[in-house]
Amino acid sequence: MGKLPPYLSLPERLWHYGFRLLCGLIFFFLIFPLVVVIPLSFNAVPFFTFTKEMLALDPAGYSLKWYEDFFTNLNWQGAVQNSVIIAFFATLLSTTLGTLAALGLSRPTMPAKTLVMSILISPMIVPLIISAAGMFFFYSRVGLQGTHIGVILAHAALGTPFVVITVTATLVGFDNSLIRAAASLGASPTTTFFKVIVPLILPGVISGALFAFITSFDEVVVVLFVGSFKQRTIPWQMFSGIREQISPTILAVATILVIVSIALLVTVELLRRRGERLRGIQET
Amino acid sequence: MKLTRNLAVAVIGAASFAVAGSAAAETELVVVSWGGAYSASQQNAYHAPYMKANPGIKIINDDSAPEAVAKLRAMNEVGKVTWDLVDAVASDAMRLCDEGLALPIDADKDLAPAPDGTPASKDFGDLLVSECFIPQIVYSTTFGYRTDKVKSKPTSVCDVFDLKKIPGKRSLEKKPINNFEWALLCDGVAPDKIYDVMGSDGGVDRALKKLGTIKDQVIWWTKGAQTPQLLADGEVVMGSTYNGRLFSLIEEEKQPVAMLWDWQVFDLDGWIIPKGTKNLEAVKKFVRYATDTQRLADQAKFISYGPARKSSAPMVSKHAKLGIDMKPHMPTDPNNAKNTLLFNYEFWADNQDDFTERFEAWLAKK
Amino acid sequence: MLVGPLFLFILFTFFIPIGDMLFRSVENSIVTDILPRSTKLLADWDSTTNELPSEAVFAAMVADIKEGRKARTITRVGQRLNYEAPGMSSLFRSSARKTKRMKEGPYKPALIKAHKRWGKVETWKVIKQFIPKYTAGYFLAAVDAKQELNGDIVRLGDEKRIYIDLFWRTLRLSLIITALTLILGFPIAYLMAILPTKSSNLLLIFVLLPFWTSLLVRTTAWIALLQQQGVINELLVFVGLVGTDNRPQMIHNEFGAIVAMTHILLPFMVLPLFSVMKTIPKSYVRAAVSLGAHPWAAFWKVYFPGTIPGIGAGAILVFILAIGYYITPELVGGTTGTFISNRIAHHISSSLNWGLAAALGVILLGIVVALYLLYDKIVGIDNMKLG
Repeated sequence: MGKLPPYLSLPERLWHYGFRLLCGLIFFFLIFPLVVVIPLSFNAVPFFTFTKEMLALDPAGYSLKWYEDFFTNLNWQGAVQNSVIIAFFATLLSTTLGTLAALGLSRPTMPAKTLVMSILISPMIVPLIISAAGMFFFYSRVGLQGTHIGVILAHAALGTPFVVITVTATLVGFDNSLIRAAASLGASPTTTFFKVIVPLILPGVISGALFAFITSFDEVVVVLFVGSFKQRTIPWQMFSGIREQISPTILAVATILVIVSIALLVTVELLRRRGERLRGIQET
Repeated sequence: MKLTRNLAVAVIGAASFAVAGSAAAETELVVVSWGGAYSASQQNAYHAPYMKANPGIKIINDDSAPEAVAKLRAMNEVGKVTWDLVDAVASDAMRLCDEGLALPIDADKDLAPAPDGTPASKDFGDLLVSECFIPQIVYSTTFGYRTDKVKSKPTSVCDVFDLKKIPGKRSLEKKPINNFEWALLCDGVAPDKIYDVMGSDGGVDRALKKLGTIKDQVIWWTKGAQTPQLLADGEVVMGSTYNGRLFSLIEEEKQPVAMLWDWQVFDLDGWIIPKGTKNLEAVKKFVRYATDTQRLADQAKFISYGPARKSSAPMVSKHAKLGIDMKPHMPTDPNNAKNTLLFNYEFWADNQDDFTERFEAWLAKK
Repeated sequence: MLVGPLFLFILFTFFIPIGDMLFRSVENSIVTDILPRSTKLLADWDSTTNELPSEAVFAAMVADIKEGRKARTITRVGQRLNYEAPGMSSLFRSSARKTKRMKEGPYKPALIKAHKRWGKVETWKVIKQFIPKYTAGYFLAAVDAKQELNGDIVRLGDEKRIYIDLFWRTLRLSLIITALTLILGFPIAYLMAILPTKSSNLLLIFVLLPFWTSLLVRTTAWIALLQQQGVINELLVFVGLVGTDNRPQMIHNEFGAIVAMTHILLPFMVLPLFSVMKTIPKSYVRAAVSLGAHPWAAFWKVYFPGTIPGIGAGAILVFILAIGYYITPELVGGTTGTFISNRIAHHISSSLNWGLAAALGVILLGIVVALYLLYDKIVGIDNMKLG
């Protein structure tokens, strides 16, 4: 990065470094808020600010008590349990339905493809408050409001567009003659599906599933309306916590979630690379 | 598609497992309360000892009381009530009772008599303001201020409207209740004429106009724990909240905050049993236990609210942890109650919808 | 049809609920359901004469109120009419208590004695106006208008206008946020596009990490940064830029909402921009420069036009997301940084004016769908990419 062609003029050099500095500041703006919550979550006092002891790196200024609170408080533990259960089943449901739909959409014979696609993607576009309100009234009437199943169904609906999009993307350039080739070599449709199609779309399915998972795991508007206290998830608990009484426990939770998202990010990146390798797409 | 079928079976099986798992063998009672120090005092005085004595009962706290009227109406409209017991102030209890959202109780049958045998209806007396209302505490809404941040010490509730004497942000509840009373009082209305003026033509406009003089300096709160937090964080220099919250902030958390006892509004808080609860028997048993003389007196060990039973008053003693005498911190203590506003429940039960509508419209304007 | 299961699923879990909710914006059967007798008679009452209805109507009203009190539904009709004419809720509430004692006629003086508003023609006109099963009242309220008792549609008085302003504010803030994400997003997307893949992949992580991190975590972070005793204010005080007693208010207002939402939505701008820029060959600009063009001119004339599809995609995506935002404005927006979504939520869960919430929802949804179609035109739904 540091090597510049020797023929550049001074303004060009200034521009080169100035531009990188500007970009550095923007990246700083992106990352700094996430970084800042981490030390604050080890605060010894119940405030959102760096105390003198913390700045002096005095161990007395730091404490693990907010983590302890998170791991022992029943409200938070219930929230973790609910978040995992709901996100898991919502992901399972949206991945299954979304993958099937993407396979259908990619068939050359599929009629009104764009229209169907835009309908299937709409849960991603409609403002969440509208979806949440509609689901609240309707699910209440059919007895799904305030149940785990209701929240799972709602989250699955919100997650499907991501699966449809990612799986469709892996199917772009999918050679349909592979299926015919498999068939002509005597493979049954089931065999073809598992031996030919699945390996090819698997990276897309998994990254779609991750998107669906994070959609549910991070979702708060719909769960506030469709769920009740018994379905409280981590974001639900954070939302009511921030509105009522901000304790650094929320920052401890935030730190844990940042670490979770780093783990997810790495997974997705590895999958993407594997997927591109499998399909023989070269990095440009 | 064998795969689909297998997956479908797995999903349905797993989902029903998840639901079964959440509804365990024990009875769960969802008790709605106000959060923060208040929920904690109930947890200590009622829920924890009750659960210890009754292992089959699990009491879950839901801190949604500020939105309880709206949520109960919504639950009723759509036909699914998920709460078993709801904390409500007296005027809300009256409204919910009128609307058929709360179950009427028979004080002498459903509530325990005093230790000396006085029936509950006598022991609670006038505080049984509605046939659905189960009184717990007498509280008052008053102001706390940061002793280190105010320019001069506030001496009257009207200092809230005096930006010269006390510059800085103040927090008020996002409701017309109490704010209208104070606004009219500080606009020169005699204390005993406040509700007459408020109910007359132009009364609401007058109150809003007075509030308008400080509007851009107000942070509006919706939950009782917010003002203590805002005061502790230094986001506001003064703010209204319930006296028990301020007690916790000052005495337990040792924050540089003091309390203003001037024209605080007296009110009652209690429970209602929502119509449609699935656990009526269990919840009635719990209520009978939690509102007996000893239990109501116990709550005052944790937060400075006056118990609603006459027979509990002499049993109010010392704070459970700090060991300080609770009596001088009670809103009913003569030193604190020199001038208090008597809250008109019926007036607010009738007018709350109208006034809230106008208050909200006023709030939404710049 | 492999699409079938998902299609049905989305239909039942998503489309039908939304349609059902939106239908509430015109539905209005509550008045005739709860006041069946009096509304039947009122339909024939000539309101233009400015005379009170007959004794029969009063008697029917008393009977309706008595029955509504017993069924505990009477307060609901008061709440409904209160949206149109403040004061109706307390009218029905207090009258309900007093009709208990009305055993026999004449009911007209008795009811007027119970509440003086029954003696006003306007009260009856309001009830008559809301007899029809469908109403435009909620939509009118959503655009700060109302239908006068004589049938004219007029704008509300200045002090009561809320929603038009709020829609404008929502659009204005969304535009500001979109512009800010473009200004911040363009340089870094460009940098990532011109760097070798290895370095750009590293930088991409800095964009993806916030993208993958919980919305609430990011909102919380901004609260920690911006509040009065927050990190930025402490820093400003520490370096002596501001005194400790006049720290700037950076949160619970418009500023807080803009900063936090710009941060949250920035990845949605960078990712489409980057994916478009990646495909523009660097050699074009180099060729232009070697042919004698000034580097700036080369950038503007050769490179920039190629990025326009990316700008369009990113801008519309950010705008669509911003316009429907609820959580962040709710937590950091205070009263001046709230969006239309916050008002919709307020009417659903606090004021319970569901018809108005639905009407506001229809308008918001209309704007979003229009933008969605625009997006489809510019980018094509099929080309939507993630991460």
